[in-house]
Amino acid sequence: MSDIRPELKYLSSHEWARVEEDGTVSIGISDHAQQELGDVVYVEVPEVGSEVHIGEEAGVVESVKAASDIFSPLSGEVVAINEALADEPETVNESPYDDGWFFRVKPSDLSELDGAMNAEAYKESIEEDD
Amino acid sequence: MLNKTPLNDIHRQMGGKLVDFGGWHMPVNYGSQMDEHHAVRKAAGMFDVSHMTVVDISGSDAKVFLQYVLANDVAKLGVQGKALYTGMLNEKGGVIDDLIVYLVNDGYRLVVNCATREKDLAWMTQQSEKYSVSITERSDLAMIAVQGPQARAKTQTVLQASEIDALEVFQACALQAEKYHNWFVARTGYTGEDGYEIILPADQAVSFWQALADAGVQPCGLGARDTLRLEAGMNLYGHEMNEEISPLVANMGWTIAWAPQDRHFIGRAALTAEKERGLTHKLVGLLLQDKGVLREAQEVICEGMAEKGIVTSGTFSPTLGHSIALARIPVSFTGDIFVQVRQRKLPVKIVKPCFVRNGSKVI
Repeated sequence: MSDIRPELKYLSSHEWARVEEDGTVSIGISDHAQQELGDVVYVEVPEVGSEVHIGEEAGVVESVKAASDIFSPLSGEVVAINEALADEPETVNESPYDDGWFFRVKPSDLSELDGAMNAEAYKESIEEDD
Repeated sequence: MLNKTPLNDIHRQMGGKLVDFGGWHMPVNYGSQMDEHHAVRKAAGMFDVSHMTVVDISGSDAKVFLQYVLANDVAKLGVQGKALYTGMLNEKGGVIDDLIVYLVNDGYRLVVNCATREKDLAWMTQQSEKYSVSITERSDLAMIAVQGPQARAKTQTVLQASEIDALEVFQACALQAEKYHNWFVARTGYTGEDGYEIILPADQAVSFWQALADAGVQPCGLGARDTLRLEAGMNLYGHEMNEEISPLVANMGWTIAWAPQDRHFIGRAALTAEKERGLTHKLVGLLLQDKGVLREAQEVICEGMAEKGIVTSGTFSPTLGHSIALARIPVSFTGDIFVQVRQRKLPVKIVKPCFVRNGSKVI
């Protein structure tokens, strides 16, 4: 059984988004995604200052088994990246929603997240996969 | 409908994550693939390899038939139980399959790949017309590999069969005790570690698997099997070689028995011509010291050459902590070399294609 956080928004491609108190949005991959990927060995995130676009590739997560693209759930400027993942990519497996976040965006239009799934819809979507 | 091995239920009971593997429902891992990999390098792990095909060849022409269809020469098998690794080639010198052949008391036993099962059997049957042989697929048998520095000791605690202690590497024996009818233990493997591959009656596979687990042997999925074989620099059929790729460009030159000169085996003429023309490609090992992971089918850029090489197998190496790969590149190339990983052109180092043996780095 995988952990699904009720306060987050999700994409069908298994990214999550969390609106932080300062209005920025953190992005990572779900517990279900890290379980499917297995041991994460490398994470490639966009550079600070670069622009990401809704629905477009913003990085890559690689496990021993496979490489998987990370899609951004919204558009905006990247204001922070999780630098600890460079040396400890396994953090994505250990703490996918907290210490294992990937990057943080200053959104150009926060309402873009309305198109993402809530926790309940995401839960249904992964149950259909199984 | 996927094929199932006799261990299908126990894989699920033990938490295996089962996937479609070439038409077989097989465990890719049980928990962490990395932990399973390390268990084999440091202690003992076991793999269900019952999807592989066991074929027995008997009859008065068994030896001459195999001398014709296999590139290595079964005449080298002087003692019962000895094993030989070989390619089975087509007339063009391409590899139909790679396999292990054992000398057994009433002929030979072959262990061939699962994905190639049908074409192997069809090919052997077609080639056998002029020979007095019978070709028998042993679907009544299962196969379990136990690998790692503690694999032999742990297997012995379960089997209590003294005859296996004397086995040399690449040697097998049928177990003597009556209760072990149809058990065949080989000191072979696909991980670069010591251990056994055990062929046994399908209906005894579950209890043996359970006994090994009780003895502390870690169940491992096919995910770890692939990272282990790649660290050991071992080829995987369909990746390093196939029907279009000759054994000479897949580091399998040592498996071709050129002597005696008058042994005519299928593919010999084509390989001889290829050698005379000169080889165009070679298989090398690659090390990536940067962060990232080399993967099959990525382009290899040989600085100053228009022609590209290709990654035939790539992975993150759990033992070394960085990515490794096997790659086919132009034979004459010696300069700076890179692999195109998405938008990045990453420098790599060419090494002998064997990265880890018996638990230790060898590069």
